[in-house]
Amino acid sequence: MPFELNASIYHYSQVNNLIREAIAKGEKELILTGVNGHRYLFAGVSAEVRAKIYGTPGLDLGCFMRGPRLEVFGNVQDGAGNTMDEGKIVVHGMGGDVIGYAMRGGKIHIYGDVGYRVGIHMKSYQDKVPVIIIGGKAGDFLGEYMAGGVIILLGMNTIYPERPIAGIYLGTGMHGGKIYVRGKVKESYLGLGLKPYPLDGDDEKELERLLKEYCDDFQMDLSEVLKEDFVKIIPYTHRPYGKIYAY
Amino acid sequence: MWLLKEKIKEMSGCGIAGIINVKGELIPGDLIIKSICCQYERGNGLGAGFAAYGIYPEHKDYYALHVMAQDKSALEKVEEILAHKTFVNYKEPIPTKKVKTIKNAPLFKRYFVKPKFDEEYQMVCGEDEEDNYIVSLVMDINEKVEGAYVISSGKNMGVFKGVGFPDEIAEFFRIDEYKAFIWTAHNRFPTNTPGWWGGAHPFTILDWSIVHNGEISSYGTNKRYLELFGYKCTLLTDTEVVAYLLDLLIRRHGLPLQLACKALAPPFWMEIDEMEEEERDLYTAIRVVYGSAVLNGPFAILFAYNGGLVGLNDRVKLRPLVCAKKGDFYYMASEEAAIRSICPDPEKVWAPKAGEPVIVELEKGVIPNQRSYLEGRPKEVEEDALRIKCQYIPLQSS
Repeated sequence: MPFELNASIYHYSQVNNLIREAIAKGEKELILTGVNGHRYLFAGVSAEVRAKIYGTPGLDLGCFMRGPRLEVFGNVQDGAGNTMDEGKIVVHGMGGDVIGYAMRGGKIHIYGDVGYRVGIHMKSYQDKVPVIIIGGKAGDFLGEYMAGGVIILLGMNTIYPERPIAGIYLGTGMHGGKIYVRGKVKESYLGLGLKPYPLDGDDEKELERLLKEYCDDFQMDLSEVLKEDFVKIIPYTHRPYGKIYAY
Repeated sequence: MWLLKEKIKEMSGCGIAGIINVKGELIPGDLIIKSICCQYERGNGLGAGFAAYGIYPEHKDYYALHVMAQDKSALEKVEEILAHKTFVNYKEPIPTKKVKTIKNAPLFKRYFVKPKFDEEYQMVCGEDEEDNYIVSLVMDINEKVEGAYVISSGKNMGVFKGVGFPDEIAEFFRIDEYKAFIWTAHNRFPTNTPGWWGGAHPFTILDWSIVHNGEISSYGTNKRYLELFGYKCTLLTDTEVVAYLLDLLIRRHGLPLQLACKALAPPFWMEIDEMEEEERDLYTAIRVVYGSAVLNGPFAILFAYNGGLVGLNDRVKLRPLVCAKKGDFYYMASEEAAIRSICPDPEKVWAPKAGEPVIVELEKGVIPNQRSYLEGRPKEVEEDALRIKCQYIPLQSS
């Protein structure tokens, strides 16, 4: 029997205490209902647990966490996956601003659109390669100051038909990692020092592997996702900002 | 004197919330209280407030002046000025309730007034002159009467604000007893300016009210610019300039609302370069003419007037703002959870783009003295040289 909790009557700190107690007792499956604005859920939790979250979790969902697999039936607010280390957040909805801020490992799969500055300052180290996959569109500054990891932007499941797939200043200050975009992106939207490239064989393998898992999470058709060409956005020199004093 | 609270700086952000019913139906105060209290942690107890539209239907044609005073003598000075400068139709203390945690509350009284022009001109002065008169009067009182401030001055609307958490301020002002077709609310976390009763949000002038999360780094520039047009910033908080900029750009200069928002949060030159020629010329002109009205720094603001509610972000979206719609209701807040706390199943939830205003106006003709600023003011006819000037005559400095 999974551990079930109706969060609606509790303050977020109480909910987090109850979650931690349950995990300490050895619970592996958790179900949270009535979640609305509860902050810092699963913050810093270091355990191999699975949780289903129903509602709209508050700021910094899963920040600093190492291991939990969170599935959210709803939208997530700003800062989900902030500095997360391992584990996974699957969101059957949209995401707010600064999702995956300074993320160091693990995966974030968002079905729909996301806000501004998603994946800002992501980084990777040895076998730790954080991944953010966005099914919809992204606001400005996607992957800003990115140092490592992978961001994949599909632009498919969007409520904003009028908006471009990614906002301006895409990857500004980026010096590591990769951003894959399905379809085309205006070059004037890219940060200085970046260029879109066609994919090579290794890229295609990586993309397919990551997207297969994403499609499984949302029962999407992988071949449909791969129907369109992707571009890879990376810095075109080793030291892209050596000569830029300011924008 | 005012107790200017200083506290160790903690990290957080203000919270804002707003609701509008486009048919002008009245929304009970409980809802806005619930929405702002859902964002409790965004404040630190140093300020909260509410703006309510449609709360004084029995005095709908009079400017409702909410006056906050530190003592009786300051209030008497204001009354003396009002007796001299206005026709006071009705006055009463603003009903409050004792709240244990709220200490050193100032006095609050409301006055329903009309401007008193020179007798011979009284009949020929229109709405514009009346509005200008009230603006000057408010500036005069706020600047010259020590210990008293007019904290709201629109028709059929009012602002209730003070030092405390939003639930405390709501209880203090008995917000649950009011019903309004537009509500905005604020939960304050003062960063650079003192947490005092006058510095709580909303800030207002006439029926403009604004709540703000962020910092207006351009306060100095904006303040000096506004002073050229007779606005005086007396409340020691950056947000005050936004209320006066709205009044200047939209009501006085007649800019369409959308364009006025673009003056406050202009597109980047890079974006302007990519526009079609006509649009490029327009935005270039806006940036050149209104350079001193640009709001620099991070902000998410909600502002309202007798006719609409608007949400606006700075042009790089450094503060959160979420909108939702259900039926005739539109909701705006810092967090989606704040909206879902009062509307669990909205038809649509979306995050506005940076610098793009979300404008929701009431349907035409549903409220008295309704204003619409979508179109901007038509080009004015040359002023008649013989026209009589209806002017406010300033008080002697004390």
